Amino acid sequence: MSELQLKDLYDGFRDPDVIKALAKTITDETKNLKETLNIMEVCGGHTHTIMKYGLKQLLPHNIDFIHGPGCPVCIMPKERIDHAIALAQMEDTILLTLGDMIRVPGSKSSLAVERANGCDIRALYSPLDAIKIALENPDKKVVFFAIGFETTTPMTAALLEQVEKQGITNLYFHINHVLVPPAVDAIMADGQAKINAFIGPAHVSVISGAKIYQPLPEKYGAPVVVSGFEPIDVLQSILMIVRQKNEERCEMEIQYSRSVTLEGNIKAQEMIAKFMEPRKHFRWRGIGDIPDSALELREEYAAYDAEKIFADILPTEPIDDHKLCICGTILKGLAKPNNCQVFGTACTPNNPMGSCMVSAEGACNAYYRYGEI
Amino acid sequence: MTSPKQIQLSHGGGGEETNSLIHDLFYHYFSNDTLLAAEDAAVLEVKKKIAFTTDSFTVSPIFFNGGNIGKLAIAGTVNDLAMMGAKPLYLSASFMIEEGFSFDDLKTIVKAMAEELKHSGAKIVCGDTKVVPKGAVDKLFINTSGIGEIEKEGISANHLQEGDIIIVSGDVGRHGAAILMEREGLGISGDLKSDCATLWPAVQALIDANVSISAMRDATRGGLSAVLNEWAEQSAVCLEIKESNIPVDQAVQGICELFGFEAFDFANEGTFILSVPEKDAQMALAALHTVEVTKKATMIGQVSRKKEGRVILHSAYGSSRYLDLPKGELLPRIC
Ligand code: SF4
Ligand code: SF4
Repeated sequence: MSELQLKDLYDGFRDPDVIKALAKTITDETKNLKETLNIMEVCGGHTHTIMKYGLKQLLPHNIDFIHGPGCPVCIMPKERIDHAIALAQMEDTILLTLGDMIRVPGSKSSLAVERANGCDIRALYSPLDAIKIALENPDKKVVFFAIGFETTTPMTAALLEQVEKQGITNLYFHINHVLVPPAVDAIMADGQAKINAFIGPAHVSVISGAKIYQPLPEKYGAPVVVSGFEPIDVLQSILMIVRQKNEERCEMEIQYSRSVTLEGNIKAQEMIAKFMEPRKHFRWRGIGDIPDSALELREEYAAYDAEKIFADILPTEPIDDHKLCICGTILKGLAKPNNCQVFGTACTPNNPMGSCMVSAEGACNAYYRYGEI
Repeated sequence: MTSPKQIQLSHGGGGEETNSLIHDLFYHYFSNDTLLAAEDAAVLEVKKKIAFTTDSFTVSPIFFNGGNIGKLAIAGTVNDLAMMGAKPLYLSASFMIEEGFSFDDLKTIVKAMAEELKHSGAKIVCGDTKVVPKGAVDKLFINTSGIGEIEKEGISANHLQEGDIIIVSGDVGRHGAAILMEREGLGISGDLKSDCATLWPAVQALIDANVSISAMRDATRGGLSAVLNEWAEQSAVCLEIKESNIPVDQAVQGICELFGFEAFDFANEGTFILSVPEKDAQMALAALHTVEVTKKATMIGQVSRKKEGRVILHSAYGSSRYLDLPKGELLPRIC
């Protein structure tokens, strides 16, 4: 990738004058709003943008943000992390995963602690690196602990495709891919959260298409704008929501039209469908079981499925969070991080009690790092 | 001596091979009277108060764009002295070499060390070599210790004063980003180079210009964020930084966007931060601009009392947030 393209990633989407102008327009146009706008940003990436760029400070008081369940690290229940640990502890095994997953506490330990104890645990930059590691270590079992929403799932599917093509026999998959729409439904069905608009994660829709959000406005009377992650993207999305409210419209709109379409990436969707299907039950940390909210390997690929092959060593008991941790309530949109008793005291990024404090996309982490000044 | 291709255990055994390694390689490149005297300990002469420091270098990969472990081992230790206002004089260098390490690579590294020493005039006056069985170290570790004479006293992380101007000597995050690129084989941005460099000439320019210096520190591991947070805490002040003033290379920024990192958290090996009284700020900048490696030095903020112990980053569009300490290990975001 050339530098020019790298620059294109962010250039132009942080222009101070545009940001100021957008903030002013939003402030002007919210004057007529009848009720406070409680916007849920489904995705942790947006929480991060809002906090990191201090966007809330630029906006009027009748716009509030409610942080959603959209971070694959935050929503991983402890028993799944215990799975990863049990797999990593097997003899002659290399456990691979992505990013912050390494630090999330399980019931007794974390992958970072196990790595320090001598387990071979590696954080990948790209899932496809798993191929190289499996080929270089033919006498070892290599287990990929796959995580992420719709965004990262195609990478896992691409990896599976390669494994099949190249006839690799020592690479196994522990699938923890989760889906955004069922989680949003679960939160709304609960009825407690006072959400009257959504910002939908564009990354997810690049793959799945904006169509996955289409039912929301009608079902819950709340507009959805599919938004990019730069400060200007988020502000523009908020303005689109404000305008919908003022014009008494309630629709799904796409702000991030630079790469989101209604249909999404059909090829990626097909590849995912080839290898994976919805799993009946998946427990979300703090929220509980949400049916059909995650994926698992299809029966035909059982030979790659770490959950099946190593089933006898994987703990099955659900394990709840620490009593003081209110991650669940935060993920349901009913509390803010600073409502938690131990926020910033017993629970900090270096010593997290809950996963919302671990991931850079977690709400507690964003509040701790960037604060509200 | 016909050079062997690889370092063998016998090179550390104390016999003939060790001898030839020391004479033909280390003495040849680090040559100076104190070292060549080959006594059990170096006899040194110092006239003023001294600063003394040590560091071990275990960087992987050992060769990276903009330098190698040897250059780093010299620049790192010399810079630690310079940051205390001490002119680097004498260094020790210890090598822990993995059996089988390429002799040519070792030579390249030693040459780079000799080359880097020229920028401060410091000398290597003693050293040690160990060769350890394959797997006992990752290729090559180098430890360097150094002594320098203090030319300017009173520089301390505890000395920041309200009103002080914060200056950064160059763009931030290049070393960390360059190492990341090499290590992960990410193949992006060919001309992203580590900033690895000796900073003594820049410090000398400041001293010569008689700039008052409250605090000075090279922004190594933990980067700019770590230095600013340490200062805020130790001096119980608030550092208010203008985000748009912090220079960041375009390639570094691109990598940060791609993986969700912050350039302020990345390590530097030739960039330092300076806190000076407001009246001396222009003078400090003028002095820094006379030296090649700090010619992009720029003011980034000021010390206040707004929120003791914290660093506040002001955006160009009127919002502000804390700049927190980086987390121990940099991990890319998930998507
Ligand atoms: S995984 Fe996707 S939806 Fe989740 S936090 Fe990251 S960008 Fe947002
Ligand atoms: S502050 Fe810590 S303990 Fe409290 S909700 Fe957040 S992660 Fe859980």
